Amino acid sequence: MAAGVATWLPFARAAAVGWLPLAQQRLPPAPGVKASRGDEVLVVNVSGRRFETWKNTLDRYPDTLLGSSEKEFFYDADSGEYFFDRDPDMFRHVLNFYRTGRLHCPRQECIQAFDEELAFYGLVPELVGDCCLEEYRDRKKENAERLAEDEEAEQAGDGPSLPAGSSLRQQLWRAFENPHTSTAALVFYYVTGFFIAVSVIANVVETIPCRGPARRPPREQPCGERFPLAFFCMDTACVLIFTGEYLLRLFAAPSRCRFLRSVMSLIDVVAILPYYIGLLVPKNEDVSGAFVTLRVFRVFRIFKFSRHSQGLRILGYTLKSCASELGFLLFSLTMAIIIFATVMFYAEKGTNKTNFTSIPAAFWYTIVTMTTLGYGDMVPSTIAGKIFGSICSLSGVLVIALPVPVIVSNFSRIYHQNQRADKRRAQQKVRLARIRLAKSGTTNAFLQYKQNGGLEDSSSGGEQALCVRNRSAFEQQHHHLLHCLEKTTCHEFTDELTFSEALGAVSLGGRTSRSTSVSSQPVGPGSLLSSCCPRRAKRRAIRLANSTASVSHGSMQELDTLAGLQRSPAPQSRSSLNAKPHDSLDLNCDSRDFVAAIISIPTPPANTPDESQPSSPGGGGSGASSTLRNSSLGTPCLLPETVKISSL
Amino acid sequence: MATVRHRPEALELLEAQSKFTKKELQILYRGFKNPWPLSLRECPSGVVNEDTFKEIYSQFFPQGDSTTYAHFLFNAFDTDHNGAVSFEDFIKGLSILLRGTVQEKLNWAFNLYDINKDGYITKEEMLDIMKAIYDMMGKCTYPVLKEDAPRQHVETFFQKMDKNKDGVVTIDEFIESCQKDENIMRSMQLFENVI
Repeated sequence: MAAGVATWLPFARAAAVGWLPLAQQRLPPAPGVKASRGDEVLVVNVSGRRFETWKNTLDRYPDTLLGSSEKEFFYDADSGEYFFDRDPDMFRHVLNFYRTGRLHCPRQECIQAFDEELAFYGLVPELVGDCCLEEYRDRKKENAERLAEDEEAEQAGDGPSLPAGSSLRQQLWRAFENPHTSTAALVFYYVTGFFIAVSVIANVVETIPCRGPARRPPREQPCGERFPLAFFCMDTACVLIFTGEYLLRLFAAPSRCRFLRSVMSLIDVVAILPYYIGLLVPKNEDVSGAFVTLRVFRVFRIFKFSRHSQGLRILGYTLKSCASELGFLLFSLTMAIIIFATVMFYAEKGTNKTNFTSIPAAFWYTIVTMTTLGYGDMVPSTIAGKIFGSICSLSGVLVIALPVPVIVSNFSRIYHQNQRADKRRAQQKVRLARIRLAKSGTTNAFLQYKQNGGLEDSSSGGEQALCVRNRSAFEQQHHHLLHCLEKTTCHEFTDELTFSEALGAVSLGGRTSRSTSVSSQPVGPGSLLSSCCPRRAKRRAIRLANSTASVSHGSMQELDTLAGLQRSPAPQSRSSLNAKPHDSLDLNCDSRDFVAAIISIPTPPANTPDESQPSSPGGGGSGASSTLRNSSLGTPCLLPETVKISSL
Repeated sequence: MATVRHRPEALELLEAQSKFTKKELQILYRGFKNPWPLSLRECPSGVVNEDTFKEIYSQFFPQGDSTTYAHFLFNAFDTDHNGAVSFEDFIKGLSILLRGTVQEKLNWAFNLYDINKDGYITKEEMLDIMKAIYDMMGKCTYPVLKEDAPRQHVETFFQKMDKNKDGVVTIDEFIESCQKDENIMRSMQLFENVI
């Protein structure tokens, strides 16, 4: 956890005084505090430059080099200072992190060097503050890309190797997507590119008029009609190649539906379909007109080049992302066109032999004028028409010229915005993950501490004290605080797993009659203990009786439950408590074996006296529950011995 | 928002008013002046506002929701109710909590529980406090936290404290009952050696 909070620990502990009158159990004793808690000034000598700071400042982050005992390795006893043979300029930033809690990234330093310093001092790069985080990441990404490019250039020859057992399909797909991976793929790539070009050029050339053979009226004919067979053969060849390519891609695609819906495959289909339709359509006069129109679609073959060109793809993407701006431009233009066309029409209405026969006819004039083309095929003749015509051309300059830079800047803005939004989303995720990690870290530390038996009385053996002693003073006090809260509320912190188990078990009508399990903690003169949760337990008992467990071994449970309700209390574990009659159903707050007890339900009820499970010193909790769970799942009918053993 | 620079009273004065030594006051002030590495932005230097309180507490109790309890604590510390806890308020509170007599501590606790500061703790006030404390435990507790656990606890508390069974606890009843309970008396010494 970000232990810059260490400075506020006294406050949190002091405020815990507010819980004292409410605590129903005795609160644990405070951890022993080191004798000298006075603050002192440490001198850190980094390559000759001396930095001085309070010890408490460095202690704020105990999981770094300077905050932990690791710095003792660098302590020079003769001079009484900590000596680091590192860059003093970078150290300034590191030290400022301790002082302010924010890690800033130096602008003029190499990002790699900064990273290395961070790694040395035990700071994770995620600690970089928000003000510098974006720049830090950008520079890191640049660096990484540059390094990656160098690496790629080195390994120009070898492509990414597929796992040995990859099928033909996968290999084929990889060949299609990355033509550079194998020679065959490269050849195929160039062949298709060549044929696309050939097809496009053929389409173009077949409309050029060639001088026909010497005929009586020397008539010019488009080449396509002069050499129909040649063009037809060429067309057929190209279409065959394209069809073959399309079918191969379809076969190799990992997800055929997605492939079918993709833009490139649509373009492929549109490119080859006219040919087949042309084949199928009988050659009669009515349909051939439509057939000719279809041939227009052959020009879409040129879009197949976008597989071969990265630039085309980027252009297409940017157009798509600026669609709204383009749409707005079109809309405003349309408005202007309609307005001016109307005006011109009515202005020129009276003239004889005017070109402005209708408003839609005037559209053409307006567009040509506004875009300053001025073909001159339609000109106004009235004075009013000329006036409005000039206004139209002047406003055309404005209307067209203004949005274009806006659109251009929108392109770049939207492009960068998308990049930044993705970055921010990633950063947010990282930040949330960091916070969650810190929180879970704290909780886990405490739970770990509990599991290691840290909460036992110190009188019960010094061996286990070793494993819990290597916590900082701050951690000790913080854990003591959390422990006090547990005692005040009679509940314990657990992790998600145990909680969900307990939740599930309770909803099954988990029994509490097993509460004769010995508490794993020494029970003091806790006359308050029994009064802690009597009513809660009673309610649970009632719920038990009415429970309709929906789980598979529910019926057995119910039987046990009903039988258990009439059982007499087995007070051996709770000898120190006043054994009130309803205490048998009490849920001992200290009992860690609650979950253990629940899962041991399928035991036949006759074995009550053996149910008092020996106390597991602190190892209870999740450890016992998991082992029990295994055993209970394995053998639906547990013997008491099994239960006892597995609970250890 | 204009940064309000609040300078605390002189060190000697504070030392005389509280039970801390000069060194301890120095350490506390350094931590107070630079309260939170994370949320320094809106916090005028020299005073601590409620949001900072809440954030500090949420760092200590990550599993649960400690904002309500932090709110009550803030009101208890902010004796002049001006929405900010100055260093003097802070020291005053800490002095009582850490170095005060048992009587003073119990007084402080009573003041904390008495939300509307009218001299009586009603069941509703106690229930609010109790809920706030149980909220700090969070969801993942063992045994599973029941809906009425705070209420149960409040009942127990009132049974113990409310001598004349009039439904409210006065300061005298409170102090008397606490002094009779040896557990509470013993726990009062727990937080002495905090600095």
